[in-house]
Amino acid sequence: MTTIRVTVDGSTYEDEVEPRMLLVHYLREQLGKVGTVIGCDTSNCGACTVHVDGRSVKSCNMLAVQADGHEVTTIEGLATDGQLHPMQTAFHENHALQCGYCTPGMIMQACDVLRENPNPTEEQIRVGLEGNLCRCTGYQNIVKAVQQAAGALAGQQGGEQA
Amino acid sequence: MTVADETTAQAEIGRPRRRKEDARLITGRTKWTDNLQLAGMLHIACVRSPFAHATITAIDVEEAKQAPNVVAVLTGQDVKDIQGSLPNAWPIVADQKAPPHPAIAVDRVAFAGEVVAVVIARTPRAARDAAELVDVDYDELPAVLDLKKAAADEVIAHPDLGTNISAHFELHSHEIGTGGNVEDAIRDAEVVFEREYRQQRLIPAFMEPRSVVVDPTGEQFVMWSSTQVPHILRLMLALTLGVPESKLRIIAPDVGGGFGGKLQVTPEEVITFLAARHTGRPVKWTETRSESLLAAHHGRDQWQRLTLAAKKDGTMLGLKVELLADMGAYLGLVTSGVPILGANMFNAIYKIPSYTFICDNVFTNKTWTDAYRGAGRPEATFAIERLVSDFAAHIGMDPMEVRKKNWIAHEEFPYATVSGLEYDSGNYEAATARAEEMFGYAALREEQRRRREAGEKVLLGIGISTFTEACGLAPSRALGEANYGAGGWEHASIRMLPTGKIEVVTGSSAHGQGHETAWSQLVADKLGVPFEDVEVLHGDTQIAPRGMDTYGSRSLVVGGSAVLKAAQKVIEKAKPLAAHLLEANVDDIEFDKGQFTVKGTDTGVGIGDLALATFAAHNLPDMMEPSLDAEATFDPINLSFPHGTHLALVEVDTETGKVALTKYVAVDDIGNAVNPLIAEGQVHGGLVQGISQALWEEAVYDDEGTLVTGSFVDYTLPTAADTISFETDRTVTPATTNEMGAKGVGEAGTIASTPAIVNAVVDAVRHLGIDDIRMPLTPERVWKAIQSAGQEQQAATPATQQPHFGDAPNQDTPETDAAVSGAEVGGPDSMSPDTTPGDGAER
Repeated sequence: MTTIRVTVDGSTYEDEVEPRMLLVHYLREQLGKVGTVIGCDTSNCGACTVHVDGRSVKSCNMLAVQADGHEVTTIEGLATDGQLHPMQTAFHENHALQCGYCTPGMIMQACDVLRENPNPTEEQIRVGLEGNLCRCTGYQNIVKAVQQAAGALAGQQGGEQA
Repeated sequence: MTVADETTAQAEIGRPRRRKEDARLITGRTKWTDNLQLAGMLHIACVRSPFAHATITAIDVEEAKQAPNVVAVLTGQDVKDIQGSLPNAWPIVADQKAPPHPAIAVDRVAFAGEVVAVVIARTPRAARDAAELVDVDYDELPAVLDLKKAAADEVIAHPDLGTNISAHFELHSHEIGTGGNVEDAIRDAEVVFEREYRQQRLIPAFMEPRSVVVDPTGEQFVMWSSTQVPHILRLMLALTLGVPESKLRIIAPDVGGGFGGKLQVTPEEVITFLAARHTGRPVKWTETRSESLLAAHHGRDQWQRLTLAAKKDGTMLGLKVELLADMGAYLGLVTSGVPILGANMFNAIYKIPSYTFICDNVFTNKTWTDAYRGAGRPEATFAIERLVSDFAAHIGMDPMEVRKKNWIAHEEFPYATVSGLEYDSGNYEAATARAEEMFGYAALREEQRRRREAGEKVLLGIGISTFTEACGLAPSRALGEANYGAGGWEHASIRMLPTGKIEVVTGSSAHGQGHETAWSQLVADKLGVPFEDVEVLHGDTQIAPRGMDTYGSRSLVVGGSAVLKAAQKVIEKAKPLAAHLLEANVDDIEFDKGQFTVKGTDTGVGIGDLALATFAAHNLPDMMEPSLDAEATFDPINLSFPHGTHLALVEVDTETGKVALTKYVAVDDIGNAVNPLIAEGQVHGGLVQGISQALWEEAVYDDEGTLVTGSFVDYTLPTAADTISFETDRTVTPATTNEMGAKGVGEAGTIASTPAIVNAVVDAVRHLGIDDIRMPLTPERVWKAIQSAGQEQQAATPATQQPHFGDAPNQDTPETDAAVSGAEVGGPDSMSPDTTPGDGAER
């Protein structure tokens, strides 16, 4: 067992974990952060995507011990001060989810797509989400949601600058 | 608070309401079954057979039992007298054959992936580690994997049955009195056109892996399961295990997709129940994705042979359908019925005077098949829409013209079909006209011609699918005649709370369909209350005690109708109370927008005030029970028949075989839409699943019966980068069989899009001599088809006409999955070795 110290959604946790434990299992089973889900065992589906130090990571593709000393944000920590993140709002307004199982990972990845490129084309959005599978929506409304969020985030930044 | 204040100005039905469900799903506050943690909970890992067919000669579980944190290990021998046999609810013929279907194999396994032992341990990891220590000895038996070989009974999947044929089903229009004898039509026809198509095996691949938790502590066993069918599951578990139904409570919490894949009573549900009862503690089983692909049921998998009798001018005279349907190793809940759901659909939108449908259900040593989005109707629609386009090319007509010549005209509805259904409404002309307008059909045909004539390497293809389908299995009496194990009804109840809020309890069991939103819209309009005041409860047999669950595009049309019927009962129940309080005659009471008024006056009382009045019960009419609550069961009189015209444009790179979908127009007639936003979302998702069958997905087994596509690395679901944005619209002919005028929409996109795509690809290369390519149309298959067609062409035509095929290819002669005009290159798979499907014979 190894001791790790990880900040998750603003709280800091110290735990003993098996060296083989995946980050996603640590989040779900040890911390009860069950908003992050598991969809496959080959890193293909992206349902478990979280942010580690602000960048998207498939949490099934990282060991819990590798998160030692790092800051993790899950879907449960994305809304701040009771306000949904613009990406969450955009997913709701554009009907970008049906069963909702891929949604946590999809939203976290979509945030990362805009972090890297705040004003992407449809093609760039589609390529940016390539590592996240959705079986319900056909992706069309997800793409629309990311486009709307890009506009909203640009508006926010413009507002801050003004 | 008066009801007048609450009355919503805008009609809810038809409004693109954003979903109520989203709030918890976008924030991660979800209740997936695997999220559950109960005190003392144990975890299961399954040991599965690596062999497709084998005798189990010994199982040594001692080492596993001794492993740390292992509580118990169960084998088939341990549970053989209590596990029962998993149910099949649709014996399609009286003499249907089926082997017993154990949850844990006892002495023989019939497919790779079948459970042979179960380890129960304190943690999932301890269970998985110990599962590796279970030592199973097998004697391999001959396995039959190929559907056609299985149908020939060369090797038997279940030796005790003596045959692989589970059932032989026939439907003849001349026998049921709906048309002539197809053999007469074939004998007398000017053109007899034959084709054989392959429906490859698919995997539903819902995003949430299946999970089951059983808590045996307490008066009832409580099972949480990632299922589409909690009510059916409860009944079937009771029947399978001999446990009183009243001792079972089933909860389907948040369920992450189904697509038919969770319309099942699974071995793992039985196993988890048995493990919980055995240990007396809560037990959880959650599958890995690899387990899911291996052992959750598959879909499709048919050979389809069609014979069309027609005139030279394109008029259809008769259609004969002969199917081989792969059951896999066992019959699941509706495995046997899936091909039969297509029995009435091959004739589709066409007026065909004579019709025959013949199907053999065949066992193989592979994972069993069952419902997958569309279940029987995608297969039928694919075959007829491919056939019509191929037939049009054969007689030199435009594929749309052949359709127009034969389809049911809008003024002919209601229309009794040759296969015995009655289509209540539709307008194929309107949907097609709209689709052609959006698509720019004529201009694209011109561009297609230009590219061909210019000898360009990237060619255009236009694919048409003018589909219809049948949703919401009904009526119950007909289901009884078809030997289906259940009725086609749905149940709902409405609870009028004293604060004016309303609880709607539905027997439908949503797993992404947005029922909480759509049902709220229905009730808001019907009872004249705010959308926000309606709470929809479902998916728990204790809360929603009666139900027939969600599958087959039935929920809105059947379940929504039950909700409206219950709401009407609330109104009727409230009227005498309104009359009493308003001191009026009950016959003078009118109800509109939440308000009961006395005819010709402006005195009234709101429905919420009446709910409060029944709670207090201080001043009710004599003999009135103090409640406005009502429940209703709706049993539809017919199915619903959505239809539409879908047009696909593809680019086929003749040098690489790559297919790029560049434009897709879908015009659907789903009757009136309660929530157009949700309906359009269903179309989008459905389209991608159908397109994916055409282009990407296939469950592949090797010669030993091992699933090769056993992870998402190899079972290739489409990503955002593989797909495009669709252009969708709707035309509307309301259904006449339900109050809303609604038709099902959940499966329409999937049913329509597969043939549209394949027709488009074939259309791009048909002039090269290609008239079929087997799905999925991977670049490799398309390239091989072009290569072999090129070789054929080279012999037949001057090389200068096909310059890029002029030089001998520098590759080895490819094997081909394509049917080249005049010669099916399907090899040993061909349905009858002594005939040559392919071109029709003109007479």
